[in-house]
Amino acid sequence: MKRLLLGLVMTAAYAVPPVWADEPVVVHLKNHKFSPSVIKVKANKPSMITLYNDDDGADEFDSSSLKVERVVPGHNKANIRIRALAPGKYPFMGEFHAATAQGVVIAE
Amino acid sequence: MISALIIVFREVIEAGLIVGIVLAATTGVPGRGRAVALGVGAGVLGACLVAAFAGEIANLFQGSGQELFNAAILLLAVAMLTWHNVWMASHGREMARELKAAGHQVKTGERTLAALSIVVGVAVLREGSEVVLFLYGIAAQGGTSAVAMVAGGGLGLVGGAVVSALMYFGLLKIPAGKLFQVTSGLITLLAAGMAAQAVIFLQNGGWLEFLTGTVWDSGWLIQDDSLAGRMLHTLIGYSQAPNGAQLVAYGATVAMILVLMRLVNAPKPA
Repeated sequence: MKRLLLGLVMTAAYAVPPVWADEPVVVHLKNHKFSPSVIKVKANKPSMITLYNDDDGADEFDSSSLKVERVVPGHNKANIRIRALAPGKYPFMGEFHAATAQGVVIAE
Repeated sequence: MISALIIVFREVIEAGLIVGIVLAATTGVPGRGRAVALGVGAGVLGACLVAAFAGEIANLFQGSGQELFNAAILLLAVAMLTWHNVWMASHGREMARELKAAGHQVKTGERTLAALSIVVGVAVLREGSEVVLFLYGIAAQGGTSAVAMVAGGGLGLVGGAVVSALMYFGLLKIPAGKLFQVTSGLITLLAAGMAAQAVIFLQNGGWLEFLTGTVWDSGWLIQDDSLAGRMLHTLIGYSQAPNGAQLVAYGATVAMILVLMRLVNAPKPA
């Protein structure tokens, strides 16, 4: 019984994935448009977006569903942490240029 | 022009509602106009500095400097709001008496002005730095669109100020005997909402990683992105899909303020 428990604990320890198992998703913002604008991440796992703002001016990566508000100055980059998401679509935008800067994170 | 109007309106409302509550909470206190103006002025100056050094701030602490900075200034505001409420718990009745008396001079209230001035400064700094970055980007482009943007920004400023003023004058309709009780209640929820928001920033910066699961989703009722959602977010910390840590921070802040208020208000042993 003890051995079984120990085995289970060991298995659980190995089964826990490292926090940032996958490489960050690289996204560029140029001419106030995201590319790619559709970002797929694994559901129920934290992920990271590395956003390069290639424009001259600042913009704010803003998403209420992702709970992220992150200002990225022009010609700068930001690592944006995305929490473990339930499967679904999570829209985001560049708040300063919301007419064109739109995108969506799809967790699946 | 419309985008400038919307962004400026949104940010001004968020800071303006806080200024409105602070003004109501200091009704009749001499020198409050100067204290609030000082807070607004320092906030605008701070917003320009934060905007100018946005890149440098963001790159601190392995790239999570912005999150840490936001969390820190929010927690500073929470501390100041807590201090105000605790102080009010022992002096509120005296202040209400002074307010009802002839002259409406609430001299007692002067001691809490500094704390509330800091709260105003923090609110203006947070919302203002986004406006500064946004308008700077527009101005840098130049041309006729810049003129339209400035016009839109001006309209947004006026609109936000009008909504904030409406709330302030609404609060003033409350009878003098009850006013400070109401503002203390509002300030408790304001502080709790800020603490919950600070938790989000700490989570996004990778500093807090527990209870991150969503507890409920009331997006079918009020969306975070709607005007109502944004105003409720500022006033009471509304979030359509709060996570566990957010709720813990919210509840703990309310409990802490109420317990401290109760403690200082307890009858002194003879």
